[in-house]
Amino acid sequence: MSRPKHTEYQIPQHINDYPTGPQYDAGFLPEKNAGWRTFKPVVNHDECIYCLRCYLLCPDGTIMKDNGKIKIDMDYCKGCGVCAHECPKDAIAMEKE
Amino acid sequence: MTKVLDIPKVNAKNMTEKEFFYGHKACAGCGGSIAVRLALKVLGERTYSALPAGCMSAVGFIYPQMAFNSNAIITTFPGSASMAAGIAAGAKALGQEDFKTVVFAGDGGTADIGFQALSGMIDRNDDVLYICYDNEAYMNTGIQKSGLTPYGTKTTTTPAGQNIPGTVTHKKNLFEIIAAHDIQYAATASIGYPQDFLNKVNKAKHVKGASFIHVYASCPTGWGTPTETSVEIAKDAVDCGLIFLAEYEDGEYKLNRNPKEFRSVEDYLKKQGRFKHMSDADIQCVIENRDKKWERMRKNWL
Repeated sequence: MSRPKHTEYQIPQHINDYPTGPQYDAGFLPEKNAGWRTFKPVVNHDECIYCLRCYLLCPDGTIMKDNGKIKIDMDYCKGCGVCAHECPKDAIAMEKE
Repeated sequence: MTKVLDIPKVNAKNMTEKEFFYGHKACAGCGGSIAVRLALKVLGERTYSALPAGCMSAVGFIYPQMAFNSNAIITTFPGSASMAAGIAAGAKALGQEDFKTVVFAGDGGTADIGFQALSGMIDRNDDVLYICYDNEAYMNTGIQKSGLTPYGTKTTTTPAGQNIPGTVTHKKNLFEIIAAHDIQYAATASIGYPQDFLNKVNKAKHVKGASFIHVYASCPTGWGTPTETSVEIAKDAVDCGLIFLAEYEDGEYKLNRNPKEFRSVEDYLKKQGRFKHMSDADIQCVIENRDKKWERMRKNWL
């Protein structure tokens, strides 16, 4: 597994459920960041030359390699647009959600 | 130190697929998170991170969201380097091998508040890599001036008006201050040149002893730039000569990038909300300071 997955958060029901020290493992992600987004990146795979510049520069690391193609994890993409702006082939377009 | 030629290069094609800084709450287009994410990907899974108060600890540990996918801890603001030194010593005492301890501190946590601990860490030559992501102000608490804020910047503690043109001091020469400790390896980088940054982190990873990287990381919120231009603006800063790429190794300075001609400083400044108010005289002051610095660097470092 290359990246942590979204995990459900159990709201504490009793005083004993509250943490008294380190409580969760590294990579425990109960919340998604998708709600921050106004524009979403859409990849044109015909134009894409798989140079991986977007993969390198995504601030959130949401772009992944998927059998010679790039794939975006829309649960954690914030729609900043760095990938579209830096793409040398303009293969990524930002579209309104 | 391992010879540079023996270290396998890390690039986008061969770097680990694993993400160690994922699901964090940094502003969209955050430059600091690019620096942290790339550095952790180069350093790998067996890494202890120590983060003082600052953006990256504020966005990485919002309970119960644990954005760091490897060992990480929040330290006191002035003691990040000493805590990292303790972690490195503790791991060594437990007999652990093949690990790296890294600090991610902002410019305030490095040049101002955390400086004495950092100086002590370099003096003792503890096996720690200290990465300072420089967004040129205390962004996490609401854009206050730090020791690395450049001349003319509008911040909440140095507002631009009739009396002062924003910040009236120039950036501290942090890289040279660190190099003056005779550290094993120190470097400056920018997220606008990601491959250069990866190479420097990779080199520092193989240093046994203290090493330091000063990486220039943009901040769309504090700088007043559109989120998508984060990387472009960090590249522009290097191209117009306000930020330089250099290394200090074996007692020698090395200038990695020595452009024949600089791009326009004015274009770089006017792209950002924090410099919008600057008059021609202020811009001239910035250019004069840049030229003076480059003259000295070219004379002594080439």
